[in-house]
Amino acid sequence: MPNATSSDTGLGYADLPRLMTLMTGDEKHSSSATSTLDVLWVLYSQVLNIDANNPEDPARDRFLLSKGHGPMAYYAVLAARGFIPVEALPTFAQYDSILGKHPDSQLVPGVEIGSGSLGHGLPIAIGVANGLKARKSDSRVFCLVGDAESNEGSGHEAIAMAGRLNLSNLTAIVIDNKSDATTWPGGISSRFAVEGWSTCDVDGRDHGAIQEALVTPHNDLPHVVVALVEPKG
Amino acid sequence: MPNMRERFTAVTSDLLDSDPNVALILAAIGVAQFKDTGVVDRHPDRVINVGIREQLLIGFSAGMAKEGFRPIAHSYAPFLVERPWEQIRLDFGHQGVSGILVSIGATYDEADWGRTHQAPEDVQLLSMLPGWRIHVPGHPDEVEAQLRAAATDDTNVYIRLSTQTNERACLTGGPGFSTIRTGSGDGPTVVAVGPMLDVAMKATADLDVTLLYANTIRPFDGETLRAVLQAPEVVLVEPYLTGTSTTEVSKLLQARPHRILSLGTSLKENRHYGTSDEHFAAHGMDEAGIRASISEFLAQRVPV
Repeated sequence: MPNATSSDTGLGYADLPRLMTLMTGDEKHSSSATSTLDVLWVLYSQVLNIDANNPEDPARDRFLLSKGHGPMAYYAVLAARGFIPVEALPTFAQYDSILGKHPDSQLVPGVEIGSGSLGHGLPIAIGVANGLKARKSDSRVFCLVGDAESNEGSGHEAIAMAGRLNLSNLTAIVIDNKSDATTWPGGISSRFAVEGWSTCDVDGRDHGAIQEALVTPHNDLPHVVVALVEPKG
Repeated sequence: MPNMRERFTAVTSDLLDSDPNVALILAAIGVAQFKDTGVVDRHPDRVINVGIREQLLIGFSAGMAKEGFRPIAHSYAPFLVERPWEQIRLDFGHQGVSGILVSIGATYDEADWGRTHQAPEDVQLLSMLPGWRIHVPGHPDEVEAQLRAAATDDTNVYIRLSTQTNERACLTGGPGFSTIRTGSGDGPTVVAVGPMLDVAMKATADLDVTLLYANTIRPFDGETLRAVLQAPEVVLVEPYLTGTSTTEVSKLLQARPHRILSLGTSLKENRHYGTSDEHFAAHGMDEAGIRASISEFLAQRVPV
């Protein structure tokens, strides 16, 4: 079992909807706003070895959120895990806020990359994974993308290359809420499998299944977890 | 004398051997040359060929930079700068990391390959991004000095290799403009950029001008230009898109009436193959064309 993030906020999964409400003002959240919520919670509470008190630690695991759209769930998890103060949440999207409608790595502690333009995260993640491998580091790299984001050709450049480089320290997570306009015949994971990745499809709301898929050994291969959630309304 | 590309290959290989933080990311171009120097085999974790995937070329390089490496990304200018321009804008600058881009195929170096391989826009594109140091070397010795300085730097650096070179290197020990010739008192100042120096010298040989040489065009060395300026008249001779540095001169001289002549390649798509020299002549950028443009500029002077 890998180390989980430290957290002394006393906040847990049950608090996340309330934290999101501090940003949106909405009492209820659409399934698209929460599509990443469960995977993010499992990552930060059970999988990632990162410390809110030392977010630049070279030995940390790297988590790159490539799908920066709809970041409220991400900010809520970061607040619950102590990376950002809960007081920052109501400032969401305001001029002086550190929390924008897309995250900025230079403003938010613990955020590895700024995102918003789709298709940038996975190519960077592969460079990070290769860099860590060259340094003989034990740190792992996780990169979350969306199913519609996977339309971007840059992502496919990265999928192919990760397979050729045998980046066993890399795990991609695709949140599949069927928001892609043209669908993936054969399933999204088949696009990774053909390039030599280990693949796993899970229920994106089942914490136990998500955790198991994220930590399952994948030998010398990069690994992808496709997390299926409710279709975008 | 090795050409700029050969010097780049030799110096980069030496940097890879001597500095464990230097990484070389290729997109198919240059792989054979770097196999010959042995670095592909010696440093398999730091010399990576991502194939013909230029978006990944930049994103991957930025990821290596995030882990403390100094990446050198290399390809033909249009595929290195134009195609993944958004990756350059976001994955390097916006993410707070930096790297070195080294291109071959400057402007019309590859004219006979057609418009897809002609690249007069790269300097203008990178000039739109904050913090880039843009080198336009005019000689292989200048390439070596700029590359070695960039390897130990932590800013974003672009080095634009060309098959067009000047006969002699102009090494000043710094990125500022060098004074080649000083006029007699009220002539214009001509700024010749990179490989344009020799032709600009010939074109102005019997004209009363001050001649500056620039092999680093960003940051723009306005301090030297202002210091040597005689008449408030500046002629830019740039080996790429005309007007690329006009705004820099305008800002510098905004407090006084001044005139600027911007020479470079025009926007017009010139549907011809052939050689770089033929294309530069077609854009009025050969010796005769430059001389005619400067003479006309001088004739347009309004007596005060």
